Amino acid sequence: MYAVRCIDVRKIYKQGDEDVIGLNGVSIEVEEGGFVCLRSPSGGGKTTLLNVMGGLDRPDSGEIWIAGKRIDNLSKAPLARMRLHRIGFVFQAYNLIPVLTARENVEFVMQVQGVSVVDRKKRSLEILSEVGLEGLEDRRPAKMSGGQQQRVAVARAIASNPAIVLADEPTANLDSNTARHLMELFVELNQHRGTTFVIATHDQMVMSYARRLIRMLDGKLVEDIDQEAV
Amino acid sequence: MGTASIVLNLAWRNLWRNYRRTAIMLVAVVVGVWAMIFMSAMMRGMVDGMLVGSIRSLPGHVQIHNPNFRDDPTVNNLFPSPNENLIAVLEQEDVVAWSSRVRVPAVVMSERNFRGVTLIGIDPVAEVSVSFVADDMTEGRFLLGTEDTGLILGRRLAERLETEVGKRVVVLTQDPSNEIVDRGFRVIGVYEAQVASTEEIYAFVGRSTLQTLLGIGGQVSEIAVLGADYRDTEALYHRINAAVGNRLEVLPWYELNRYLSSMLGMMDGFVLIWIVVIFLALSFGLVNTLMMSVFERVREIGLMMALGMKPGVILGQIITESLMLLGMGLLIGDVFAWVTIQRLREGIDLSAVSEGLEMMGAGSVLTPSLQASDVVLATIVVLVLGFLASLFPAMRASRYHPVDAMTKV
Ligand SMILES: Nc1ncnc2c1ncn2[C@@H]1O[C@H](COP(=O)(O)OP(=O)(O)OP(=O)(O)O)[C@@H](O)[C@H]1O
Ligand SMILES: [Mg+2]
Repeated sequence: MYAVRCIDVRKIYKQGDEDVIGLNGVSIEVEEGGFVCLRSPSGGGKTTLLNVMGGLDRPDSGEIWIAGKRIDNLSKAPLARMRLHRIGFVFQAYNLIPVLTARENVEFVMQVQGVSVVDRKKRSLEILSEVGLEGLEDRRPAKMSGGQQQRVAVARAIASNPAIVLADEPTANLDSNTARHLMELFVELNQHRGTTFVIATHDQMVMSYARRLIRMLDGKLVEDIDQEAV
Repeated sequence: MGTASIVLNLAWRNLWRNYRRTAIMLVAVVVGVWAMIFMSAMMRGMVDGMLVGSIRSLPGHVQIHNPNFRDDPTVNNLFPSPNENLIAVLEQEDVVAWSSRVRVPAVVMSERNFRGVTLIGIDPVAEVSVSFVADDMTEGRFLLGTEDTGLILGRRLAERLETEVGKRVVVLTQDPSNEIVDRGFRVIGVYEAQVASTEEIYAFVGRSTLQTLLGIGGQVSEIAVLGADYRDTEALYHRINAAVGNRLEVLPWYELNRYLSSMLGMMDGFVLIWIVVIFLALSFGLVNTLMMSVFERVREIGLMMALGMKPGVILGQIITESLMLLGMGLLIGDVFAWVTIQRLREGIDLSAVSEGLEMMGAGSVLTPSLQASDVVLATIVVLVLGFLASLFPAMRASRYHPVDAMTKV
């Protein structure tokens, strides 16, 4: 089964009178346990693709399947439920809720899901130590570095075992060293837990970690390289 | 349960995130609630004072008359003094006191001046417990019995007549056959009333003395009955009504004095309007505060929605935040109001500025009267209207599109 499958997905943005192409017939499958990077020049459609995959935006046409379930035709509430249970998100910035501590941020999704206090506390502590944040559980985001904040976001994204983690330029605000560490964390989680990752990036270093590298241009896939085979 | 606890947690923490703004709004709510409760208590206190004062200045809680007396309050509309049946009812426990009176229009003449008055023949011993006169004697003495031949005047009336204790005046009135009867009285005492006009209207003599002057035997004009509480006269009224049958008219104070009773009724409306008006003033600040706090958090609201929190929960979070703020304001405001009212339990002396109040029938000491129903009303108004006022910012927050919200700068 595919973690995510897109079939001829199109999305056009209206910018005043003009139509701006977001996605122009994208078809893609990502197998479970995949580790995929999306690259494109700015405006190539990476964010748009991740958003429709994650159910944050609806495509104009085409189908999107997450873990064997079709999601492009879902209405708002079921879509929110789908995101809650199936997708882990790591955004470029403003990933965390400022009034909650690291642990509470990690527990947020589980809490909304209705996981019991005991379970979610146990899981969140485990995962925080797994992403290397032991000892920082009770800090609020404002008192953590950018890299630490992104790790908390990653911890939250994987805490409830989603079908897929979508990361949109997760390293864009990090220095190269910190970015490298975050990528190593992704790889490790991918290998040990089998979590599926789709990561959009501009960064050559990030791409170098990907097993599969997909290049986009003007809302289309133009290249799909299996880097392991290379 | 998970959602409820996270909503409470987020609402509470976000409330204290912008400490200053929340504190300012809280102070506004506290002052508003204080003003609602305290001023309501003052208004209630004023009406209470008016009612108690007015009831004490003769009516009692229930009165018995000849059915024609109210249209023509003269010596022509009398009734026999109470029979045993009625006396038995009047001697029951919930009657604090009762007194029967003769009440006629009369003219009092001194050597310098004359005035029209209502002359009331009383049994001083019974009257003491029903009405004010004996308490408020400032000069001379009160009547000693129904046969007393002295006359009690109000201070103002005495001034107008340019007479004083010890002097003699002449009283003129009509007997049942419309003949003028007159008699000299010695002024034996002067009283002061809470309401100045009372002092000019009422003059008191012994009941038997007046009955003899008028030649009406044992007949009386009215019986005034004082119960335990003016708010609760129904039972007393019905029992007396049953005892006197339909030959006589029995009226509770609120029908004797429609002005007072409509005042009491209107007070509920005033209190409600007052509370709502204060809240409306507060609500502008409240909505503004909430809007600001929503705008500041657009991105994290977007984030929460992106992560799968339903818009309804976001809505609930903003409303919870608002209700928490209002709840705290209510609590603190209520406590402040209560403390203020406790401190003023002895009453506020308004004698310096009380001319106006006296004209309205209130005394010159104002005691705020806290009513539980007003506190409940204020709480309901604040929470219900607060909920409605928060809906607008909350809906605004819940209608963001997660992607748009997160990319807002
Ligand atoms: N909300 C929007 N309204 C209008 N046009 C949009 C909107 N979002 C994206 N677009 C347009 O859609 C196209 C694809 O944008 P998208 O953000 O997916 O590109 P991207 O590859 O993520 O770019 P970047 O590397 O800069 O993040 C661009 O031309 C962009 O201008
Ligand atoms: Mg992008």
